[in-house]
Amino acid sequence: MRTTRAVAWKEIQVFFTNPMAYIVALIFLGVTGFFFTLDLGDPFPEASLSNFYQGATIILILLAPALTMRLLAEEQKLGTIELLLTSPVRDWEIILGKYLAAFGFLFVMIALTTYFPLLLFWFAEPDPGPIYSGYIGLILYGSAALSIGILTSTLTSNQIIAFVVAAGILLLMFFIDTRVDAVTGIWATLLSEIGMRSHFNDFERGIIDTKHVVYFLSITALFLFFSIRALESRRWR
Amino acid sequence: MTSLPTEETMIQATGLTHFYGPQPAIEDVNFSVKRGEILGFLGPNGAGKTTTMRILTGFMPPTEGKVTLGGYDVVDQSLDVRKLVGYLPETVPLYTEMPVTNYLKYMGTLRRMNSKDINRRITEVIELCRLNDYSKTIIGKLSKGYRQRVGIAQAILHEPEVLVMDEPTIGIDPIQVVETRRLIQDLGKQQTVVLSSHILPEVSMVCERVLIIHQGRIVAEDTPDNLAQRLQGVEQLEIEIGGPPREVTSVLSKIDGVVDVNHRHAADKEIYSVKAKEGLDLRDEISRAVVSNGWSLLSMQLTSMSLEDIFLRLTTEEEQIS
Repeated sequence: MRTTRAVAWKEIQVFFTNPMAYIVALIFLGVTGFFFTLDLGDPFPEASLSNFYQGATIILILLAPALTMRLLAEEQKLGTIELLLTSPVRDWEIILGKYLAAFGFLFVMIALTTYFPLLLFWFAEPDPGPIYSGYIGLILYGSAALSIGILTSTLTSNQIIAFVVAAGILLLMFFIDTRVDAVTGIWATLLSEIGMRSHFNDFERGIIDTKHVVYFLSITALFLFFSIRALESRRWR
Repeated sequence: MTSLPTEETMIQATGLTHFYGPQPAIEDVNFSVKRGEILGFLGPNGAGKTTTMRILTGFMPPTEGKVTLGGYDVVDQSLDVRKLVGYLPETVPLYTEMPVTNYLKYMGTLRRMNSKDINRRITEVIELCRLNDYSKTIIGKLSKGYRQRVGIAQAILHEPEVLVMDEPTIGIDPIQVVETRRLIQDLGKQQTVVLSSHILPEVSMVCERVLIIHQGRIVAEDTPDNLAQRLQGVEQLEIEIGGPPREVTSVLSKIDGVVDVNHRHAADKEIYSVKAKEGLDLRDEISRAVVSNGWSLLSMQLTSMSLEDIFLRLTTEEEQIS
């Protein structure tokens, strides 16, 4: 566990000394701020965060992979992976440490947006339920997105490839339920169950359904598991 | 297991073969290293040195064969092996954005040292590798020679029982090369060291025993002094003769000065490798013996796979300190 913490702490430090992470945070705050204010021109604006949540989930399709793309690809590029894999550290400790660092940064980034709901509470009387549940959903969704980015970063030494592939997978998984009409039977069920957006929507409406929580946690666990396997496979190639 | 390693044996490699695609990088490599020994792998670039090092350190498994290190199997007990090993890869892997001490602290934690030991050892290795003035410097700003020292510092930080160094003196200036060699010799007093090099004088200076590796195979193994002697001692000829193999072999063996005759049948040709003593040129005697027996002498040449040729490909000259 100490090694996991060391890996996580080292990566957190890199995040906070690296312009990339600040750029990601800046874009995240800018874009979500823009979505938050979309309703303001409306004669009867709604005191809710649903636009913010829409914007945040979509922009994370790009930003989550941008946070994770470096994590393992760079180690492979620099050759430091050779030291990491010849140290007495288990593969899961490496992956978990990297994931925790990315999750920590994402958490801080999301926490920085809490002035939106504070503004709402200041100027209006929003329904608090959807606000809390929406944040829980956002964190769960972000966690799943990061784990996908970790996997692609494990698979290549090229950060750009890691980024593009992760963003592509995320984009597909996010919107795939919109094609549910095109198929029937089991395929339709499958598509609607895989789709991230459909699982997120309930959080935004103020519902915390165990099914959706389990979905996002499973995606996270599954992709982290694949990442560990992918890292292991480096030893066998 | 065919041969139980004795207490003295630190590393035991049997039948190591590794393929990258269809071509073997190393083939049937066998060697053992005693505790406290400094072993050098000498070979031209691409001979399979790095592959062997990577297998030793558990970075990748051999396609075939087995290595034990301190009694642990490199593949099955990888984690135990990794605790024993300090490794300096060929391209020194450094996190360029980190200051030297932070980097060493990180590597120490990954090696599961406790923080008291880490701090004690960091002071020691910084002293040992003469990094005193640069302990707070960002690694990316260090020159190549200093980066190499940081690489060595991380390899010895956890006082590993086995130190594996891949080309430890490549790309650093001659003065630092001398210092680095001295450091390795000092370390070799307590630890088992395996290093690789393509520079002949380097391994002669530093190592107690040398394995010469060429095209993935170990072609010679001896002390540096004995190797140098063997190198001067023997001439080898490859001869193609048309005639009955058994008689040809016996006639060739009887020639004065012939040490060894090996017959092989390759692509419809009868080839004989003849080793002669002490730089003797036996071509005249051999051709006369062949012809007088009524056989045909089809070709004769100094063999191309001799140690001498491998040595010629190695760097035998040291860079001069300018």
